Amino acid sequence: MAKNKKIIYFDYAATTPIDPRVAKETNFYLKKFFGNTMSLHNIGQAAKEVLEKDRQKIADLVGAKSQEIIFTSSATESNNLVLKGVAFQNKKKGNHIIISSIEHDCILNSAEWLESEGFEITRLKVDKNGLVDPKEVKKAIKKETILVSVIHASNEIGTIEPIEEIGKICREKKNSQGIPYFHTDAAQTFGKIPIDVNKMNVDLLTASSHKIYGPKGAAFLFLKQGVKITPLLHGGGHEFGLRSSTVNLPAIAGFTKAAEICHAEMKEESIRLKKMRDKLIEGVLKNIPGSHLTGHLKNRLVNNASFWFQFVEGESIIMLLDSLAIAASTGSACSSNSLEPSHVLLALGLRPQEAHGSLRLSLGRWTTEKEIDYLLEKLPSVIENLRKISPFKRRKM
Amino acid sequence: MNKIYSKEIMKHFKKPKNVGKMKDFSGCGKVGNIICGDVLWLYIKVVKNKKGQEIIKKATFSTFGCTVAIANSSLVTTLVQGKTLEAAMKIKKEDLLKKLGKVPPAKIHCSLLAADALSEAIFDYLEKNKRRIPEELKKNHQRIEKEKRIIAKRYQDWASLEEKIHGK
Repeated sequence: MAKNKKIIYFDYAATTPIDPRVAKETNFYLKKFFGNTMSLHNIGQAAKEVLEKDRQKIADLVGAKSQEIIFTSSATESNNLVLKGVAFQNKKKGNHIIISSIEHDCILNSAEWLESEGFEITRLKVDKNGLVDPKEVKKAIKKETILVSVIHASNEIGTIEPIEEIGKICREKKNSQGIPYFHTDAAQTFGKIPIDVNKMNVDLLTASSHKIYGPKGAAFLFLKQGVKITPLLHGGGHEFGLRSSTVNLPAIAGFTKAAEICHAEMKEESIRLKKMRDKLIEGVLKNIPGSHLTGHLKNRLVNNASFWFQFVEGESIIMLLDSLAIAASTGSACSSNSLEPSHVLLALGLRPQEAHGSLRLSLGRWTTEKEIDYLLEKLPSVIENLRKISPFKRRKM
Repeated sequence: MNKIYSKEIMKHFKKPKNVGKMKDFSGCGKVGNIICGDVLWLYIKVVKNKKGQEIIKKATFSTFGCTVAIANSSLVTTLVQGKTLEAAMKIKKEDLLKKLGKVPPAKIHCSLLAADALSEAIFDYLEKNKRRIPEELKKNHQRIEKEKRIIAKRYQDWASLEEKIHGK
């Protein structure tokens, strides 16, 4: 790629660039507030004051109480804390955990590890659009069930799950000790669609900073009052004893600022992104033969457009786009270190050879209509060129 | 400049040489599996030169696969062109890797397919013409066939998984 050529970024679901307003905030706290929030002196207490103010701001954005918010380092950490923390705290009450089959790897692999430790895991199937059926959740819950975890919106295909309804079912099934708990991973939705932990009937909720134009290294876990978990990190007792580690104040301050900006601009930004997303989806499906949308047509994130293309392989699509200065991602096996394609796409019922041809385009704050047009101009020939090489162009795979 | 792949890989990937099926091929090697995401078909045209030696006049390919698989297919077709069968048989995986430059560890598998396809294409030519097949080609052929069976078995699992999902 030419050095000065501007990169067109269609991978906002992977991570986002920091907003300059957020960078300014983060920088300010990085330079001015170095104190340890656990220290008793003024320098420590000044940092503590900022932390608690930010905790309150985040709590207000999701309808929680401030003491129900725990700051962590990443959504991966929050999700690990949920699965392992709930499992170990409640293993005498039950050993059964329910997740969906389209969770992020950090949920999936934590569950798999718990399975090897003797816990029983149910992985709920999804329909061809990636939706979890709340009735299936109801059927799967038994008296040993301690936790149900369903992703709020898929990072790969953008399908938004019926969390409110699943939460209601979990609530109805709760025993006198409030078990099973219901958790949702909202890493792809916090800051993009309104979140109200009460309305959604969740006991635990994960959200992350770097997906919403905040710095890396900050995330939170909402933990409803009364929910009991075992910490992963034992130490000085930060974050109500649930997450010991000297607090990363600059990242948390940046995260809070980023969240506030997203919420202030959410309505307008959603309309703008949805318009561009729909143009992109229509353009691709219309102009490229053998292209298919993955995920739900309507219940989908406003910034996600994901597809699979017949007869071509995703990693080579990404590399050709990269050479045109377009950044995107794929669920093909060759994009990972495993030899199998994305578990999410397979869960939809796609055959491996179809999942290999997947492409995810995710939009964000700096995506312009001009960029959408450029992509729509370039993508058909990228696919066409790869099909010329492919042995399968006119055959049934 | 791409940070994952070498210049040589990107050169062959972006402008692959000798693309397409060959109608009057003398031998064809089909390797890889669609389930794993890499399929490589390699065609060779064998003729006799003035000295009466058999040479590969031309090689072409069709590949479904990642960057490395496509680049390697293109590379191998350029390497064998004009070579005697004997010399072509001596092209080893290591030679291809050396030519391509640095390949990420997870991609070595993809870059070995082209060598397999060449070996299979020559095997096909010799077998069709009822010629003696060198021991090494035979061994390669048996290994490739065995791998195909393993993957076919794995595909059975996929098929039943698919049935489960669709049969719901």
